[in-house]
Amino acid sequence: MVTLFDVVAAVKDPELRVLNLAELGILRDVAVDGDAVTVTITPTYSGCPAMDLIRADIESALHEAGVSEISVKTVLDPPWSTDMITEEGRSKLAAAGIAPPGRVFVTLSVRCPRCGSPATEQLSRFGSTACKSLWRCTSCLEPFDAVKAI
Amino acid sequence: MSHVGYVLGLADDALVAAQRLGEWCSRAPEMEEDIALANIALDQLGVARLLLTYAGELEGAGRTEDDLAYLRSEQEFRNVRLVELDNGDFAVTMAKLLFLSIYQRLLYDRSIGVGDERIAAVAAKARKESAYHVDHSSRWVVRLGDGTEESHRRMQAAVDLVWPYTDQLFEVDPDVHALGLAGVIVDPSTLRPAWLAAVDAVLTEATLTRPAAGSPVAKRGEHTEALAKLLAEMQVLHRAHPGARW
Repeated sequence: MVTLFDVVAAVKDPELRVLNLAELGILRDVAVDGDAVTVTITPTYSGCPAMDLIRADIESALHEAGVSEISVKTVLDPPWSTDMITEEGRSKLAAAGIAPPGRVFVTLSVRCPRCGSPATEQLSRFGSTACKSLWRCTSCLEPFDAVKAI
Repeated sequence: MSHVGYVLGLADDALVAAQRLGEWCSRAPEMEEDIALANIALDQLGVARLLLTYAGELEGAGRTEDDLAYLRSEQEFRNVRLVELDNGDFAVTMAKLLFLSIYQRLLYDRSIGVGDERIAAVAAKARKESAYHVDHSSRWVVRLGDGTEESHRRMQAAVDLVWPYTDQLFEVDPDVHALGLAGVIVDPSTLRPAWLAAVDAVLTEATLTRPAAGSPVAKRGEHTEALAKLLAEMQVLHRAHPGARW
């Protein structure tokens, strides 16, 4: 049986399209009280511009599942960390050509998600979205995005 | 300055810094820098929105984040003058960002355990973002300061220009001092030694000289003429079309 939690969990992140909200680790709770459903999420970055869209996507997914009373709450505590991205989420990022983040406080070289080479260099600490940085592989020469460890 | 005034101060520092950094969008020296400054602006804006919402709740007059951002006059803004100064050349922007981000990182780091749980939660999130801002501005200040003769000259000129405005970061009134002693919030005046040490480390590596003199101290709420122009641009749409939505 598909629960309402599953419905919300399956909503895709608008910026990292290969991940759903559960894999990204930003879904905290789905509470059902009679006809009313309250979803609790946490932002990746304080100024993440995708939050409004995520909220709207959750509402429409629940709406399609027959729920009419929906509220989406945002909490900050405990703060999101890239450590909250699930193992499956990490594999999906790599498969999509986006280097998954290392574990926070462990410095690892960023491996090229295309050829797997550890010979990579950072082009910019800031990438196409708040959560990514820009890299280049010095083996296969492909540029790629990497999810920043925070 | 009350508790609300303190929260507004932190929020307005972030909001005005975001607006200034956003001005670089499409005008930075290289595309990566364009993206970096826009990202940092976005982080600042995110913190500003959370804190403005909280300030509105504390105030209890029903004002939202938008009311506070778009409908206050210049005199009601509580940001330090450092963040409202014109961007100047790239070196001035980096000097401003270095001094601000080291201050914010210390403030957020120490706010994690404070009695005000809302501030503690915002800070726990913002401190990690701040670390990136410090890192980014430090690298640029070192690169320019310890660069060519011309880049050194301009970076030093930028530090000299901005330095007098840094005193205000640590200026507090008795209310904030008392709230700090009670452990409700962090008293910014206690951050000065750690801030100075961190700034000195970067300036030394950049072969730059720290200016000695401070400035006549201004209270939060006193502004330069730069703020009025910044607000005119930031608020024009909302004032012309109240309640406008995308």
